Amino acid sequence: MTEMLLNTQPNIADPDGFYAELIAAHDGLSDEESQTVNARLILLLANHVGDREVLRAALKAARGD
Amino acid sequence: MIHDRYQLAFKLYPYARSADQDADAPVRHPVVVLGGGPVGIATALDLGLQGIPVVVLDDHEGIGQGSRAICFAKRSLEIAHRYGCGQAMLDKGIIWNLGKVFHDDRKVFEFNLLPEEGHRFPAFINLQQPYFERFLVERVRQAQAEGAPIEIRGRNRVDQVEVSDGGALLTVATPEGPYTIEADWLIGADGASSPLRGMMGLDFDGRVFEDSFLIADIRMVNDDFPTERWFWFEPHFKSGASTLLHRQPDGIWRVDFQIGWDVDRKTELQEENVRARLDAMLGDVEYEIVWTSIYTFQCRRMKKFRHNRVIFAGDAAHQVSPFGARGANSGMQDVDNLGWKLGAVIRGEAPETLLDSYDTERVHGADENILNSTRSTDFITPKSKVSHTFRNAVLDLAETNAFARPLVNSGRLSVPCTYDGSTLNTPDALEGGPARTRPGSPCPDAPVSDGFLLDGLGHGFKLLAVNTEVPQGALPVVSVSTESDPEGALAQRYLGDATTAVYLIRPDQHVAARWSSYDAQAVSEALSRAMGKV
Ligand SMILES: Cc1cc2nc3c(=O)[nH]c(=O)nc-3n(C[C@H](O)[C@H](O)[C@H](O)COP(=O)(O)OP(=O)(O)OC[C@H]3O[C@@H](n4cnc5c(N)ncnc54)[C@H](O)[C@@H]3O)c2cc1C
Repeated sequence: MTEMLLNTQPNIADPDGFYAELIAAHDGLSDEESQTVNARLILLLANHVGDREVLRAALKAARGD
Repeated sequence: MIHDRYQLAFKLYPYARSADQDADAPVRHPVVVLGGGPVGIATALDLGLQGIPVVVLDDHEGIGQGSRAICFAKRSLEIAHRYGCGQAMLDKGIIWNLGKVFHDDRKVFEFNLLPEEGHRFPAFINLQQPYFERFLVERVRQAQAEGAPIEIRGRNRVDQVEVSDGGALLTVATPEGPYTIEADWLIGADGASSPLRGMMGLDFDGRVFEDSFLIADIRMVNDDFPTERWFWFEPHFKSGASTLLHRQPDGIWRVDFQIGWDVDRKTELQEENVRARLDAMLGDVEYEIVWTSIYTFQCRRMKKFRHNRVIFAGDAAHQVSPFGARGANSGMQDVDNLGWKLGAVIRGEAPETLLDSYDTERVHGADENILNSTRSTDFITPKSKVSHTFRNAVLDLAETNAFARPLVNSGRLSVPCTYDGSTLNTPDALEGGPARTRPGSPCPDAPVSDGFLLDGLGHGFKLLAVNTEVPQGALPVVSVSTESDPEGALAQRYLGDATTAVYLIRPDQHVAARWSSYDAQAVSEALSRAMGKV
């Protein structure tokens, strides 16, 4: 049931463009700085989503469980 | 010989020979409390004020020096007020509302506790633990003068306990040699390292946190720091991985440095080393060091708090990290919960099994406290690299993003727990009633025509009638009307969408049952249930 809440179907317009932006966000950063940016990004997006069920499903999916 | 394990702040119960020491056979007492810390003394007050004879045995002659606890929560003050010493604590304590959180050299944000109006007591006061304990002992003295059968025996160290079905036999060391006494009920309030737990071979499992904290209580010479709670993560002055600054009465400040696990206590506690940390933090400020100590902590609890006629309370039963001030505060809630139940059992009004609800309700409370304080600790002292990265990301974002501020956890302040699911509760029958006063909840205070609501509740069972008539009968009735409260706090806290309400309130001011109107049969059933009879 919870898996249904997490949209795992294509939902991003211009996927290649988004992917390039994501990688570019790390341009010139050390691994450590990239970790920091990733952590902030996760927090910002998690707050935007807000729904705990969706977040829980995403955490599970990300771990590959 | 009995040696002091710590210095005394107040010598309040010097050793005096008791008649029990000259008796031919061990004298039997209804209740013996092992330990005269805040929890033991409060237990004696609760029972003594009910007229139940109680003997407290403590291995010292007074209250320990050094302020361990400094933050006392509203609920502890309400409980103390029920015993008759809450006002003295409030008068001496310091009220604070503003907190500031720093990371490195930046202020991340500040918060205001914004206390809810319409309560006799504030959300928190800061008060040195020795004062808190002294007010309790002074209240004991007053109660004794009024006839309460309480005895505190200083320099009485319990060395041996033999537990049986009917109680316990205690061997007590004194400066004049040992003696034995018997107890129908033995309360283990002998602190985190509880010798009683050890003597009975009972478990105390949980999680050890590999970090130490250096506390310095200091008196500043020119004291112009504001009355606020300041908390630094990774402060630029490098005196600790985190640092807390908080005001106490008498111009004393608590400074708490997180200094890591592998430290040499003796070296760290040398005055010049403590001063080096303080100077880096405070700069050019003159101060006097009043007390220093290093502590480490664990979050753990006993599996069961009740072992037939032996009942554990306070730190002996559960231990939490100091973040969130849940130690002494939760111990006071243990006492609040245990006092009336043990009283009812001893008077023969309730079956002994009522005491099992002390176990389930306070284990529930302890688990909630352990959960909260573990979460705070994990935020303050991240256990892995990724956890550290996320922690700092939260702090980075919190400066400009409101959403990240509630994620910052430098200690969640202690609030009493709701005994959801307790067998003493009667299912909620007040349609539209507020969630915060559902059965199991501690009653929130509210203004009423002649003062505050909680003044009229507690001690025995009470019926609270809101905007409705309830006949005086088996139970005393407290009648209140929302008309006398123009701010609407009473209505908001006790009616919600309902227009009238009847509450059955336990002696510890928790809600046992509620309805929209009075029904003698329903009240009688709920009362039986709350007394553990069904
Ligand atoms: C640094 C620090 C900060 C804290 N801050 C807070 C805070 O802000 N708010 C809060 O609520 N809590 C706080 N706490 C926790 C608080 O101090 C404890 O929870 C509280 O003291 C527990 O009370 P107690 O009565 O259960 O045990 P204790 O205070 O430990 O009392 C036990 C008593 O039993 C006696 N005893 C032990 N063995 C025997 C024996 N064999 N015979 C006779 N007597 C014996 C001891 O001498 C002692 O008097 C803090 C703790 C620390 C270490």
